[in-house]
Amino acid sequence: METPEQIRDRILARFPGASVAVVPNPGPAAQHSLLAGADLGREIATFLRDDPVLRLDYCSNVTGVDWPKQGFLEVVYHLYSMALRHGPVILRMRTADRADQVTLPSLTPVWRSCEFQEREVYDLFGVVFAGHPDLRRILMWDEFKDHPMRKDYVEPDDYEWEPTPHGDILAKARRHYPAPAAGAEGKGNP
Amino acid sequence: MSEAAPTSSGPTDAERDELRRHGIMLTSLEELCNWGRSNSVWPLQFGLACCAIEMMAASMARFDIARFGSEVFRASPRQADLIIVSGTVTKKMAPSVVRLWDQMPDPKYCIAMGACAISGGPFKQGYNVLKGIDRYIPVDIYIPGCPPRPEALLHGLMKLQEKIRGQGIFPTGDPRQAGAGRPSDCPVPEFGGHDLLPPQNPDLFHPPSLVRKEDS
Repeated sequence: METPEQIRDRILARFPGASVAVVPNPGPAAQHSLLAGADLGREIATFLRDDPVLRLDYCSNVTGVDWPKQGFLEVVYHLYSMALRHGPVILRMRTADRADQVTLPSLTPVWRSCEFQEREVYDLFGVVFAGHPDLRRILMWDEFKDHPMRKDYVEPDDYEWEPTPHGDILAKARRHYPAPAAGAEGKGNP
Repeated sequence: MSEAAPTSSGPTDAERDELRRHGIMLTSLEELCNWGRSNSVWPLQFGLACCAIEMMAASMARFDIARFGSEVFRASPRQADLIIVSGTVTKKMAPSVVRLWDQMPDPKYCIAMGACAISGGPFKQGYNVLKGIDRYIPVDIYIPGCPPRPEALLHGLMKLQEKIRGQGIFPTGDPRQAGAGRPSDCPVPEFGGHDLLPPQNPDLFHPPSLVRKEDS
């Protein structure tokens, strides 16, 4: 199979002016990935699917990544070719920010297997997929407002009782059960 | 019944046993009713997670829950006496479980099977798991384990039978209620923006107060 650099160069030859970059993976897996711009994302995906050398006809996995310091959300697609038996090619797309510009092109029209997984990314990370046929929450209920897999998600304070708390749980338990005597803080076992 | 009887409620258990040895059967309506109730506890056919696999195993030939008269898993809550909450109750599932409980006719009983149904278990610190089904419906028997063995479920069922045998026909005087002072209908929680509303049934659930002790 071609290296990500070769694929990037062929995409650039096919779509001049597209923003495509290789994101290196310095780890032992060395699975370098392609970072595609959101504007031509679906065209690039269609190219990867239909190109006779690549024929990446199967999207096995879609997941999201929250990058709070860098200030964007990222969606990662793992692509394989059933016909040519190679893969994966990893395709990434990034939103502009984490607040209101979180729209990315849906790749469900390209790979049907993305449908539920993009719904999951929408549910848990809050990425809005433009062109998705049925973009609803899939794991949480429809009335839910938060996106729980974001790093800054604040969970409901609903385990007020914990028999053996420690660490963060101990801090949480302390808020519910203040120390009975002054001076007990710090060395008291709850 | 003679006037010298120690209580007005009838013969004592010892006297009854003595009569039974002589082939004379004496019973009360309450005892007969409880005998029937405790030996035909029909569970709801309802499973949530891996505990349900153990529940299925308990109903199969090796463990044979039919020995206790509970093999008739009913597909409708209207015909069930017992709900075995077998597995993790997610917050998305919790209103459905409470609604099933409300749809069951009295007298009805609830077994919380496994760590998840009791307290949330290993998923307790997750945002999406209910921290114990006793926040919404009254639980009669708690069976710890992860998952509990089928023998543990049978033990819990036997304990439930003991509990049923100790109850009256209408313990509170209200024919709709089986247990003392517990509501027949539990309000179904609503899906809120961040959590279930209310997060627990205040009539049923009060978190135990945590007593902190000084290290010595």
